[in-house]
Amino acid sequence: MDNSQDAWTLRESHSFDRHTIHEIQRAATTGIYDIRGFGAKRALPHFDDLLFLGASMSRYPLEGYREKCATDVVLGDRFAEAPLHLDIPVTIAGMSFGALSAQAKEALGRGASAVGTCTTTGDGGMTDEERGHSRQLIYQYLPSRYGMNPDHLRAADAIEVVLGQGAKPGGGGMLMGQKISDRIAQMRTLPMGIDQRSACRHPDWTGPDDLAIKIEELREITDWKKPIAIKIGASRTYYDVKLAVKAGADFVVLDGMQGGTAATQEVFIEHVGIPILAAIPQAVQALQEMDMHRKVQLVVSGGIRSGADVAKAMALGADAVSIGTAALIALGCNDPRRDADYRRIGSAAGFYDDYHAGQDPAGISTQDPELGARLDPELGGRRLANFLRVLTMEAQTIARACGKSHIRNLEPEDLVALSIEASAMARVPLAGTEWIPGRG
Amino acid sequence: MKTISLAETSVRALNGQLHAQAAECSEREWRITEPDGRHAIACGLDQELDVRIAGHAGYYCAGMNQKASVTVEGTVGVGVAENMMSGRVHIMGNASQSAGATAHGGLLRIDGDASARCGISMKGVDIVVGGSVGHMSAFMGQAGRLVVCGDAGEALGDSIYEARLYVRGSVASLGADCVEKAMRDEHITELGALLEAAGVAADARDFRRYGSARALYNFRVDNADAFSGDGDGQ
Repeated sequence: MDNSQDAWTLRESHSFDRHTIHEIQRAATTGIYDIRGFGAKRALPHFDDLLFLGASMSRYPLEGYREKCATDVVLGDRFAEAPLHLDIPVTIAGMSFGALSAQAKEALGRGASAVGTCTTTGDGGMTDEERGHSRQLIYQYLPSRYGMNPDHLRAADAIEVVLGQGAKPGGGGMLMGQKISDRIAQMRTLPMGIDQRSACRHPDWTGPDDLAIKIEELREITDWKKPIAIKIGASRTYYDVKLAVKAGADFVVLDGMQGGTAATQEVFIEHVGIPILAAIPQAVQALQEMDMHRKVQLVVSGGIRSGADVAKAMALGADAVSIGTAALIALGCNDPRRDADYRRIGSAAGFYDDYHAGQDPAGISTQDPELGARLDPELGGRRLANFLRVLTMEAQTIARACGKSHIRNLEPEDLVALSIEASAMARVPLAGTEWIPGRG
Repeated sequence: MKTISLAETSVRALNGQLHAQAAECSEREWRITEPDGRHAIACGLDQELDVRIAGHAGYYCAGMNQKASVTVEGTVGVGVAENMMSGRVHIMGNASQSAGATAHGGLLRIDGDASARCGISMKGVDIVVGGSVGHMSAFMGQAGRLVVCGDAGEALGDSIYEARLYVRGSVASLGADCVEKAMRDEHITELGALLEAAGVAADARDFRRYGSARALYNFRVDNADAFSGDGDGQ
């Protein structure tokens, strides 16, 4: 290139942009697909494409800050003797000890407990630190059954049978060898240093009829005390939710494709599953057709970032939401104050997604003891609690503006869509019209 | 000995009584009659109980057993002794799929045959099968030992980690990363002790040993062909 030529005169290919060129070059060099953490990075139909219709004449608003707007939620009162009673409708999604440091798990527990909500274990089992710092803890029952222990089933407050994850429906987990400490290896009964693949399917049942019997076994082992949830990655949502209800779930956890992950193939993250915006109406339809809406609660996750997202998810019919990536960011993930550290490992604050590499400068997605020590669990817990309070207050503010005295009273009628795509997926009218694509 | 008929008592009531023994053990010996293939019989036990089931049991019999000794005088359905932590489970008949799935410890003895996926994702359990096992047995087996006195079906030990497999009869095929290994003296000694512990009259020298080639422990593109076969077994 002539040095006198300005770069802005060059035209970048839309099909072969810089990221695509880099990815082809990287694949040609390494011979393996890209593996990373975080979640989908491309633009997807999301809650941003929805707006609330605040009250004016035809609806009567409540006074912000002054009039009560309740936020509590009960999860799992269909069969369980002891359902979860949460003060706020925002829970912490399942994230494994292994993917996350012990300090991060402790911070999640501290933050969630401070505001009256629950955390969730992940692939790899339950740690004493996590149980000790989480007032309410959901124990994930995963295909790998790494570290699975009946004592932990009994020590949990609820059980979540995981069938899929929003970032990778149909795919199993991956914990790369570089993150396998002595403790992780021991917990998972695997050798040090190897890539730990978590199975993509459960080993001892092969369909929804089997799952119903499996759930019966879990109830028997826990004497029918614990709520049992089924977590699905959003894909064939309508059918999966119906089958989850039929199998006996107390509540359903629905994870959209914007959901995060600690390590998986980028091709999965960006190309498998459907956005949570499209999945919620399908799930709600399935529940309503079975007369189970609000009886089998629906918890949704995948890209929840703000109180507006919380409110929109609930207006579409969810009973609660769950956050993963946003919780990690609240703890300090991708903090600009660590930009120099991120740059030293070839990334930058705001872009770091190599959770699988175990080099996280923030001490969150690592098993390196020196890096892990950078995260103060008490401070991290306070930051998470602050974030959860803000999410709740934002959702309350919106709910009051829509005239609701409880967040769960938000409804699709409170929403309009900004785009035809969002209108069709969310099944709410295009703003300024009464038109919902596909409904005449 | 306490005898409970499942024709008169629900599985829930039975398991409730068995679980109560973990807090205060007042009755160590139990006999369960008329099981009639019911599911989740004697699952979640956490006490040194001796439970005999007089008949056939359904899915997940003795699931997640800890410490107890459970004997089934018949056949069992899917997932017998799944995720067992310790203790002993003895099936005098045949077992369906996923026997001993993900089990961490203890001994599972099956006098007859076991179906597909026997010992799937096993994590330390010892499983001794008097007859044959179906396809995909010991899939992703992490630790422990699977002993098959008869034959093994297709894709034995597919994606195996460190579980050790001993088969006396034929093996239809081996799964990804599973290879036959030399049967050295220490393995004959180990297997002989396990057979004796299980109460199975067999000569350890008649068995062949299988385990992981460890080629897939860390991804290398040069190994891609190892998991690009014809996809049988599922």
